[in-house]
Amino acid sequence: MQRRTNSILNNLDWLTVGIYFILVIMGWFNIYSAVLIEDQHETFSMATRYGKQLIWVGASVVILIIALIIDSKFYSSFAAIIYASIIFLLLAVLLVGTEINGATSWIVIGPIRLQPAEFSKVATALALAKFLGRHNFKPTEFKTFIGFSLIAFFPVVLILAQNDTGSALVFFIFLLVYFREGMPSIYLIVGLLAGVLFLLSLILPTYTIIMLIEAFALISLYILRRNRRELLVAFIPLVVLTVILWIGFSYLLPDTSKTISVVLAPVILSFWYIVKIYKHKIKHGYFILAVLFASISFTYSVDYVFDNVLGAHQQLRIKVLLGLESDPYGAGYNVNQSMIAIGSGGPAGKGYLQGTQTKFKFVPEQSTDFIFCTVGEEWGFLGTTVVLLLFLALLIRLVFLAERQKSKFSRIYGYGVACIFFFHVAINVGMTIGLAPVIGIPLPFFSYGGSSLWAFTLLLFIFLKLDANRDQLIT
Amino acid sequence: MNPFQNRKYIIAGIFILVVLIYIARLFFLQVVDQSYKMSASNNVLRYVTEYPSRGHIYDRNGELLVYNEIAYDLLVIPNQLEAFDTVKFCEFLGLSKEQVEKRLIKAKKYSRFKASVFEKQISIESFAPFQEWLYTFKGFFVETRTLRKYNYPIAAHLLGYVGEVSEQKTNKDDYYKSGDYIGVSGVENSYEEVLRGKKGVEIFMVDVHNRIKGRYKEGRYDTAAVHGDDIKLTIDAELQKYGEFLMQNKIGSIVALEPSTGEILALVSSPSYNPELLVGRERGDNYKILEADTLKPMFNRPLMARYPPGSTFKLVQALVGQSENIIWPNTRFHCFYGYTVGNFHMGCHYHMDELNLEQSIQHSCNAWYANAFRSFLDHPKYGGIYNSYNIWRDKVTSFGFGKKLDVDLPHEVNGYIPTLNYYDRVYGEGRLRSLNIVSLAIGQGELLITPVQMANMAAAIANRGYYYTPHVIKELPERYNERQLPYLVKRYTDIDSVYFNHVVEGMYLAVHGGPGSTSTGTLIPGLDVCGKTGTAENPHGKDHSIFVAFAPKNNPKIALSVYVENGGYGATWAVPIARLMMEKYFNDSIQYKWIEDRIVNANLLNAKENK
Repeated sequence: MQRRTNSILNNLDWLTVGIYFILVIMGWFNIYSAVLIEDQHETFSMATRYGKQLIWVGASVVILIIALIIDSKFYSSFAAIIYASIIFLLLAVLLVGTEINGATSWIVIGPIRLQPAEFSKVATALALAKFLGRHNFKPTEFKTFIGFSLIAFFPVVLILAQNDTGSALVFFIFLLVYFREGMPSIYLIVGLLAGVLFLLSLILPTYTIIMLIEAFALISLYILRRNRRELLVAFIPLVVLTVILWIGFSYLLPDTSKTISVVLAPVILSFWYIVKIYKHKIKHGYFILAVLFASISFTYSVDYVFDNVLGAHQQLRIKVLLGLESDPYGAGYNVNQSMIAIGSGGPAGKGYLQGTQTKFKFVPEQSTDFIFCTVGEEWGFLGTTVVLLLFLALLIRLVFLAERQKSKFSRIYGYGVACIFFFHVAINVGMTIGLAPVIGIPLPFFSYGGSSLWAFTLLLFIFLKLDANRDQLIT
Repeated sequence: MNPFQNRKYIIAGIFILVVLIYIARLFFLQVVDQSYKMSASNNVLRYVTEYPSRGHIYDRNGELLVYNEIAYDLLVIPNQLEAFDTVKFCEFLGLSKEQVEKRLIKAKKYSRFKASVFEKQISIESFAPFQEWLYTFKGFFVETRTLRKYNYPIAAHLLGYVGEVSEQKTNKDDYYKSGDYIGVSGVENSYEEVLRGKKGVEIFMVDVHNRIKGRYKEGRYDTAAVHGDDIKLTIDAELQKYGEFLMQNKIGSIVALEPSTGEILALVSSPSYNPELLVGRERGDNYKILEADTLKPMFNRPLMARYPPGSTFKLVQALVGQSENIIWPNTRFHCFYGYTVGNFHMGCHYHMDELNLEQSIQHSCNAWYANAFRSFLDHPKYGGIYNSYNIWRDKVTSFGFGKKLDVDLPHEVNGYIPTLNYYDRVYGEGRLRSLNIVSLAIGQGELLITPVQMANMAAAIANRGYYYTPHVIKELPERYNERQLPYLVKRYTDIDSVYFNHVVEGMYLAVHGGPGSTSTGTLIPGLDVCGKTGTAENPHGKDHSIFVAFAPKNNPKIALSVYVENGGYGATWAVPIARLMMEKYFNDSIQYKWIEDRIVNANLLNAKENK
């Protein structure tokens, strides 16, 4: 036992531990500043948010010690069970959970309130490590992709059902983990294309985007084939038919004639195209055709999804972010005030506890989602840069640690940890400086809240334990 | 080895790229862009202005003319409003329910959290009953302002009024913020910097709900309001009051100066208005009424009206002619009911023939001056009218004609003494002949002179050759002494003092010369009054009645000009008004009450048409 403890302490990556403690301590001081009210200056009270956060920091130390003591084989062996338990908890929350701030994501047991969603990230990271770390793992198989999607996105459905969009989105970052393990690039390209089309469909009218897609398909054809005749054979009938349809429909359906004609023209021509491709054995022809139709139907359905699936406040937030709507006192209020807070900090900040935006509560959710404002206002560019560089150091260190693992399980889990931290930092900080949509997810170690602090601590120290035992073969 | 190991660089690259983009963005937000600092202090700092009360205004004898009264601005913060008794509220403020609702909507539109003015300048009388109920109207509160108060309903043009500062001014001058008050006209305007005092400011920090959280930096940057300084004017309130009393129902002006100092004793513009009308809540409505009045009561005639000087200008002609050795005290010109050259005829009234200089003033002979002026313009020593006219013009303008005198009141106008350029445009280049402009000899033609310039001329003659710029300021606080310097400078005319004696003698004879003299109406026992009448031809209607005078002849104490528009001959109205003014000033009593009655009862407002 003595020898084992020593070996953990010797093998532990103290650099990461150091960064962790620096961030946690900085985080607590910023929460103290954010929740401090002038007339409570004198008395230090455990009933306040900074008091509670201090208790949770203490509890985190206990959690990290437990995480280090537990045998590293436990994590790989019990990954599936842990994952199943969390799924069960997520289901339980839906049934018996308590609603706070519009999200039914809390389990209340006596004085303790837990957010299972926070811990589900740990469990999912473990489960994915187990799944992707199998011996007979073939990253390019479609079966693998389905399996990955089921594990990674099943919690998403349950968390979305809790009305906690922010936490649900985190799970998409596991695609990056899969990418490291050999996900075919096509998935990434398709994902990227879908994202671009989604954004475009909010900005431009549908028929313009579809015309762009058609032009893109034709350009791809020419680039891949370098054959001008083929291009003209594809291009001329498309234009002619589109114009004819447009003139025809402009009398029948004047409102939608443009959209209908740009969609119908390629559909009608597709039979002819297929025949041509088959006859002349045109390489890539089917592929271009498939992408074309996939893109068109995707774009066509985005409007429907946006209008009918997303809530009004989410639509507004996305529109505000894209600059389609400006609303400094409504959806944009938080971001506007947050940017004022950070911008007014200047190069060196207003000084600790001196932030006027912070002190007088101009930024809502200041101690939770918008804690980075306090850093920006009171510590200035210097403070924000130091915090971001500390996070970057942690991320790069985690990538380095993951890469030195002998077992695939440990490596994949390490990437999972890095990617989760990355997503949280990128979205949270990006939101406070107007570069990311307002998605309510915590900034690791900074945002007020026990569940998130514990979950991040657990997430990190399980990996540090795995890393300490990296010489053993963990499967 | 793992075939995808190189993908670690892509992932680490994404991490680094995002953090670098964020740091760049933060650099822009925090270091480059300064606007967020402004926004942050706009968020948190509330500047509460403490308005100073304006300085008082006294007359030359220390009589208080203008002082202040407290008034209240009612402000509202919409998000602090609670249900209240609208009936009572409307009653107190004299507003209709619709007005109240409209203003509340406007206030909400401006800001739900910031205070906006609901009703301005509620007088202390209206506010007293409202005050004890104010606490029931949650969200409303008052700010103290001051209103001008007047001891006498006189000198409206001279004192001017205080109004809301224009946007133009707030853009130019940092001292003023929208909603501040500023002297718009009269002394209130020209001595604004002295009278306004200094605004104080209290800086508070507020939270997101606009609740005051304390003083900014413990009040280190707060300042107290400083009272405006008092000023003393040269005006004699009694004389001013009497002048306005005489000028009732007449259009015109009286300007009375002290020749030895240039101090303005009275500056009457008629018709006038009660200065109280342009104070407080009713100012806007009253202003519109006054401005729409066809008699133009807002027009400050002594400084802004321009009239041909008529025969009063003969005094200047006599002086200029003498100084150029064209005429002599014993120069005599023939006059037979006027001046006739070929087809040209300038009429003259009956008087004895072959007058000398003094008599020409006494009887105001037109032919005498026509002859004198043409002799001057065409005198061979000048080598043509283009030289002689310029010499003449320079000497005339040395009396302060044709340009602003720089009286310490706003909106003074230039008047007009024609230039050769002007005549070249009218008659063609180089084609001006002395006969074209002979009417200048008797103060007609293109000459335009303001009443204050005319009074200044009387003062210059009274002083035998110099004047002080007319002004209304008597005493200023020491640190503004510099502003009084221009009024301490003796300004000499281009005429040597020796030439004045015969002109003064002529003016004396005009009053004291017995029958046939023009101004005998100002003969006041025991006072050597010197005067000259004028009748300005008015293309729009009946002639204007003009009189200039000073008294006593030696060591003069007062010089004045009186204009009565459409009053006919100078002797008819202007002369008796000047007489009464001088009697009032020297004796403080009126010898013949019937003269006063005749003047006061005369209504010449509609005299324009009966020519």
